Amino acid sequence: MPLWTWFGIKKGRATTGWPESAGSDGQEGVLGLPKLNADLCTEGAQGCTNCVASCPSGAIALNGAGDQEQSIDLDYARCVGCQLCTETCPSGAFSPSDDWAFGVRDRADLSRLGRPAAPDKKLEEKWQKSLAGFGHSLHIRHVDAGSCNGCESEISALLNPFYNLHRLGIFFTPSPRFADLLLVTGPVTEVMREPLLRTFEAMPEPRWVMALGTCATGGGTNGGGYACHQGLDGILPVDIWLPGCPPNPAAIIEALLLLLDRRPQQVHGGRHDA
Amino acid sequence: MPHPEPPIERPFQMQILRPDELLDAAQTLLADHDVGLGDTPSAHGRMQCAYALRDADGKLSVRYIVSQGANRPWGIWSVDAASGSLPSLANVLPLLGWYEREIQDLYGITFTDHPEPHPLVLHEGFIPSKPPLQTGFDPKAEPIRGHAEPFAEANMVGRDIQRLPFGLIRADVVESAQFVFHYIGEGILHYHPRLFYKHRAMEARFEGVPISTACVLAERVSGVDSVAHELAFSQAMEAALGWQAPLRAQVWRVILAELERLYNHLHYFGHLAKTTTLKVAEAEGIWLEEQVKQINGRLTGSRFLRGVIVPGGLRRDLDATGLAADLNALQPQIEDYLNTLANTRSYLDRLLTTGVLPRQVAFDQGATGPIERASDLDRDLRRDHGYALYPDLQFAVPTATEGDADARARVRDQEIRQSLHLIRQALNQLEPGAIRRTESTIDPAIDGMGLGWAEAVRGGLIYAVHWDAKAERLTRVKIKEPSFSNWRVFPFTVHDSNMMDYAINEASFGLSVAGADR
Repeated sequence: MPLWTWFGIKKGRATTGWPESAGSDGQEGVLGLPKLNADLCTEGAQGCTNCVASCPSGAIALNGAGDQEQSIDLDYARCVGCQLCTETCPSGAFSPSDDWAFGVRDRADLSRLGRPAAPDKKLEEKWQKSLAGFGHSLHIRHVDAGSCNGCESEISALLNPFYNLHRLGIFFTPSPRFADLLLVTGPVTEVMREPLLRTFEAMPEPRWVMALGTCATGGGTNGGGYACHQGLDGILPVDIWLPGCPPNPAAIIEALLLLLDRRPQQVHGGRHDA
Repeated sequence: MPHPEPPIERPFQMQILRPDELLDAAQTLLADHDVGLGDTPSAHGRMQCAYALRDADGKLSVRYIVSQGANRPWGIWSVDAASGSLPSLANVLPLLGWYEREIQDLYGITFTDHPEPHPLVLHEGFIPSKPPLQTGFDPKAEPIRGHAEPFAEANMVGRDIQRLPFGLIRADVVESAQFVFHYIGEGILHYHPRLFYKHRAMEARFEGVPISTACVLAERVSGVDSVAHELAFSQAMEAALGWQAPLRAQVWRVILAELERLYNHLHYFGHLAKTTTLKVAEAEGIWLEEQVKQINGRLTGSRFLRGVIVPGGLRRDLDATGLAADLNALQPQIEDYLNTLANTRSYLDRLLTTGVLPRQVAFDQGATGPIERASDLDRDLRRDHGYALYPDLQFAVPTATEGDADARARVRDQEIRQSLHLIRQALNQLEPGAIRRTESTIDPAIDGMGLGWAEAVRGGLIYAVHWDAKAERLTRVKIKEPSFSNWRVFPFTVHDSNMMDYAINEASFGLSVAGADR
């Protein structure tokens, strides 16, 4: 009969020090969402729309062919990171990247059309004020509103010994009555809409909502049609938007700490900090 | 080194049946199987699934996919459904019950004499007057609005009988589904899993899209089965187009598919340890899973191994440097973990005789993958309908006879060891070469139909694709998903069991809700 306690002690420590001290984030080689360098787009003016045509989730918009000033935008709220645009672009305007910490407070920060590429000091101060008085650990109620189970797989990974989420003072709670944060995945199927809203209503204030994964931030490839909404927009008041398909565990940690103002936002006006 | 022989004939045989011939055909299939159940079930026929098909003129038919035995072509029965009604086969082939109800919900074709003719995929209160896929699918459409209404369930009234609706918002990070128990004390009288809260119309999303988009969709049906879905879809497209993936791609496909099995099965053991309250064994299981996911990330850029497989081969080449060393370092840890777990008495006590699935029930209700193999049904698509590099590799298909939670765990334990063995063999066959070939080396299917399959982590997965060569768009994709099959089977192991065993039994099935709901 094995002694599991001894088994565990012999194994030693698996937990990373990241992000609060030295250690790996565990995402070596993992691709993030594509990087857009609009200046490199030379073919767009000649009528090239490869990127728009290739995008399976309608995340790319190209305006102003001909005389008008040309603008190209990638709405990360809808991007599933499939990398098709990086393969089809003839001029290298889209390239693969390891940018994955895409959590933002304002959905407009996920697109170039919404905001300038700099932190919004006013919004940050307002956020810090709203956190005043919230001094305890963060308790999360997760609700799956129609995910492919990819997001759940990565959320569950937060509890493995490597990420060990509890060390950061963040916990999952069975009941919405004890929850501070509603963590929602999936594009929101219509049959899940009411249960989702009732879960939110059951939460005490102050309460926050995070849209996790591209389905929840903008519908992705799985939103719309007879069964689905296009994510949380218009259904719940969202405090943190985290696209990614799925966002990796480190990206989820970054977003949770962004909510608590323990990490800075890394994406502004559709651009990831260098 | 021998390259897998190109299939000379199409991998399936089409048979046009009249509605009044259906019942006879089903009986014949069953008779054929009765002969076989005694020895090697993989040698004999079995119904796989049924789906509705709308042709270019909007006329509806129903297709049945039949396995005609190992290494024999699949059978397809095509039946005209223009009359709007067909005889139900669910009384003869019970596993068809859910497929018929799905067709009824989405296409409006009714099945006469169906034993349980209630809605399945669409929930009561959300059913539109016109079935949503009768005339086509619009991904831009607004969802059908509604409010939940009572649903058909077992009528169990009596002294001391309690009804417990567990979920759908329930403890832990879990997929949405509701489980309704009728019980007395600890004893479960009846169990009803209410699924399809996550139905996203995934099959319909393939309609009208090009190959590149379809690849992205296939990987997002069931995230933890991304490789199997992409592989089955790609092989179905290759069959429709007459393409053949080059050898290097075939080798990588095996490696990716077995890496997927590896991280899923390790997660499974972590979860099983959790339900048997072994904290350290839970942590070790999900830590091993994490290490495989990190290997996946380094190898492909995706922890779910996405974005690599594509019809014709691979989207981009991969570099195997370091993979063998990583797995060599992990293998002793995995083996030590599995051996230690298998020697833990408290764990075995909870698994032995828990959730027994009899062989006959497993066959009749459509159990697949490790679930059927643990109930003494020796079937595995990698061996019985070989694809990719599998016919060139040596591997055992582990089985067990007991059909309990322990048998299901033992089968997966052995499968992990086989996966490591398969990856090592495949790595030895990896040589430089082309990774994608997109010309027809065999005649494309005249009607644009292709069939592709893969033995996914959770069982047999089949993609039937219908391709419009002129428009270069898909017109219909059917996904026979192993979790859909196994969710139908699961309740038979819960009725007449007890509450304390439920979580362990559910964990021992290792199901995905996203895959079942699609």
